[in-house]
Amino acid sequence: MVQGSAEPPVFDAESLQGARGRFRKEAAIRRVFFAAAATSIVVSVLIILSLLGETWTFVTQVDYSSLWTDGWFPRRGMYDVKTILVGSILVTVVAMFVAGPLGMGAAAYLSEYAKPRVRRTLKPILEILAGIPSVVLGFFALTWISPEIVQRLNSESSLFNLMAAGIGVGILTTPLVASIAEDAMRSVPHALREASYGMGARKVTTSTKVVIPAAVSGLVAAFIIGISRAIGETMVVAIAAGATGGSLFSLNLFEPGQTMTAAMASMAAGTDAVKGAGLTFQSLFFVGLLLFLITLLLNVSADRFVRRVRQKY
Amino acid sequence: MPPQANTRARSVGANTSAPPAVATRPVAKQRMETDPSSTVFKLEDLSVYYGSFRAVRNVSMSIPQRQITAFIGPSGCGKTTMLRCLNRMNDLVEIARVEGRVLYHGVDLYDERVNPVEVRRRIGMVFQKPNPFPKSIYDNITFGPKVAGVKGNLDEIVERSLRRAALWDEVKDRLKDSAMGLSGGQQQRLCIARALAVDPEVILMDEPCSALDPIATGRIEDLMEEIKTDYTIVIVTHNMQQAARVSDMCAFFTAEVNDHSDTRTGILVEVDRTETMFSNPQDERTESYVTGRFG
Amino acid sequence: MIGTSPATYAPEAVRKSLQGRQRDIKGFAFRAGLLAALLVTVALLAVLISDVVSGGWSVLSTRPIDFLTGSLSSSAATAGIGQGLRGTFFIAVFVVLVAFPVGVGAAIYLEEYAPHTRFTRLIDVNIRNLAGVPSVVYGILGFAIFVKALGAFTGPNANGRTVISAGLTLAILVLPIVIITSAEAVRAVPDSLREAGFGVGATRWEVIRSHVLPYAGPGILTGTVLALARALGEAAPLILVGATTGFLSGGDSYRLTSLQDKFTAMPMIIYNWAGRPQPGFKAATAAAIVILLAVVLMANATAILLRNRYEKRR
Repeated sequence: MVQGSAEPPVFDAESLQGARGRFRKEAAIRRVFFAAAATSIVVSVLIILSLLGETWTFVTQVDYSSLWTDGWFPRRGMYDVKTILVGSILVTVVAMFVAGPLGMGAAAYLSEYAKPRVRRTLKPILEILAGIPSVVLGFFALTWISPEIVQRLNSESSLFNLMAAGIGVGILTTPLVASIAEDAMRSVPHALREASYGMGARKVTTSTKVVIPAAVSGLVAAFIIGISRAIGETMVVAIAAGATGGSLFSLNLFEPGQTMTAAMASMAAGTDAVKGAGLTFQSLFFVGLLLFLITLLLNVSADRFVRRVRQKY
Repeated sequence: MPPQANTRARSVGANTSAPPAVATRPVAKQRMETDPSSTVFKLEDLSVYYGSFRAVRNVSMSIPQRQITAFIGPSGCGKTTMLRCLNRMNDLVEIARVEGRVLYHGVDLYDERVNPVEVRRRIGMVFQKPNPFPKSIYDNITFGPKVAGVKGNLDEIVERSLRRAALWDEVKDRLKDSAMGLSGGQQQRLCIARALAVDPEVILMDEPCSALDPIATGRIEDLMEEIKTDYTIVIVTHNMQQAARVSDMCAFFTAEVNDHSDTRTGILVEVDRTETMFSNPQDERTESYVTGRFG
Repeated sequence: MIGTSPATYAPEAVRKSLQGRQRDIKGFAFRAGLLAALLVTVALLAVLISDVVSGGWSVLSTRPIDFLTGSLSSSAATAGIGQGLRGTFFIAVFVVLVAFPVGVGAAIYLEEYAPHTRFTRLIDVNIRNLAGVPSVVYGILGFAIFVKALGAFTGPNANGRTVISAGLTLAILVLPIVIITSAEAVRAVPDSLREAGFGVGATRWEVIRSHVLPYAGPGILTGTVLALARALGEAAPLILVGATTGFLSGGDSYRLTSLQDKFTAMPMIIYNWAGRPQPGFKAATAAAIVILLAVVLMANATAILLRNRYEKRR
């Protein structure tokens, strides 16, 4: 036994507990971080609540005949949902006709054919394109795409038209599609390409018959996410497709038109309040909820495809 | 050093009648002069560079037809690099460069008129880790023939290839199932069947059993013995005992440390019939390796 | 298919058969098509930038200072983006002050503390969904909560349509981006580093603070800068939250009290001017775009450079 002031060390549960204060602080810190993570749930709940309240008012009070009229003129009490729904679909279709080939093509080139140096210069350019704000693309769609491309295709087209807006949205969506598609193709193991070359296949055969089929889940996810982005895009349409107060139902791409998103923006834009007869204010929320549900559905299904890719490898 | 007793490791096929001849190359000693009409490959002073780094140097040897030739030696001495020269798979690496000649039935494989895609249809490859396509078993096998332009009913080719690879009985009822559901050993036999489906002359195997358990390994070794009557096989293996069991000819590689850099370059030390190499090697480095003193 | 008779192995015959199809038209066309897709995309970017720069050149070269500091006006010759720059500045401050701590905190929880329960997976799925919600829906959220419900706090004099509301709305919009990129950066920290910390008896927070955060720092920073760049370019939420489009009498000062007044921001100005028919506004819009692009693209480029350098070091 050592003579001195210290007692022999005791090994029991209590002495191994450690300073209380230190661990209480630790628990508090953990709670703080949990709160931060929980805000994401709060946000989702708030989104749904804020949409549901006024939508309920709209759905219960609206005159159902006004949901099937000649057009979407919310300030006049005409709430023809199919006008703006069709507008959104048309713009999205045009956009995907642009973003699909351009995005997938660029991604396939960068993944399978580009030499490392080429890839290092071109990939950041794609990423820069991804950072361009949508208002800028809206302006570009109105001042360049519409006169140079659309009006050359169809000389009778008005300056404001859905086609130009669709092309603008397509350009906006291309980098997103390209980035996800490229990741999907690059994650195909090199061993599969070697197996294909080892049997005497050419590069084009290997790319089309081995790599792309192996990456197909990721490519589908890229496409769906592109669609989701295109449907949710507001500013390009708001600037380039022209309709402000409302629009008649139309399938003509070369005329002004309205999408769900731009309809919401035009209801809120202007001066201090969302003015209009009766349920204009509530219709804003109604369309918002519709849009939220559609993009939710698209994102969930895209997520399923992404998870399928991860499972395989 | 007294010559070792001439123990017969195993009995060999028909071609033991040629007399041994002493080659005079400073680096590689191929004692056995093969009959030129039964030589598939003739490597002449072959060196492979990755950029400025020389991975293998001055390899000269012949590879005979319808026999199993093994490239053996410790890791990092260029055996796989050498193997991949034989079907121009090194072309896939940007910085790879070849000096010297690889003659395939007298034709220089690296001649600029030769199309590497055609080369790989005649010289197939099985890789270290099984790499079946994420498709059905049936589609895996038919990929090669389809690429080679074969049309019509491929069922017969599928059955024939799977039988040769000793896999038919296990999968004949589930040809449409995904190949990814097979075990490791089955997947590797599928890859062999896939290579056989294009009816190549040569099959290159890069450590085909290293990712497999001993039972699966044994099956593939039996497979190699069976098909060597119709195909020339070149195999890279780490496993000395496997080389002794399976191969007819052995080429022993080792690595030399370079003077001015910290790199190692592979060289061919000795080429000979397997039993001779294992019982009576000419070079002392070979002897050290095969008796397990290093590597 | 090769026969097995020796006659077919004469060198000439072998060489001929190995020459095969040298002209690979399908392969060439495929590769050309893919390259074309890539080049068209790059070309569009080039056209856009040159179009915008040439359009705004007349304004930027003749009256740059006046343009950068001037106020909104109905006359294109005197209109300036000063008030927009102020609004964008404050929005940036709010985004950083709110989204950064909450986002990084959430990421730390998810990667370091959260147990593998269904609730954690729910949070995870929820964040990924939020990342895909259209910006205009966030605008509605901001409108309903910050403008209407909390109007008394955010701006009693302006019906709640203030920079505070806009800043908070945009912070929530980019929150999922910050969380996702920060979580990736934290996930990339090797476990061996954490184990070293635990091994000497540190608590989890101590390990995070002294090992995980410094290592993940560059990645987190990159994610925040990218999120900020995104927030500065968004216009739809601004419309919903009520950024002024016409004439703005105040909105010049950078004092804190002015946060509760009416406001505008760069994307809003661009949106508004783009729709004006007067000829001078086309050039003014292009000039405003050049300024906004300069800010946003510089932020993006910085983030990308940061990420590349950080990846190289690993």
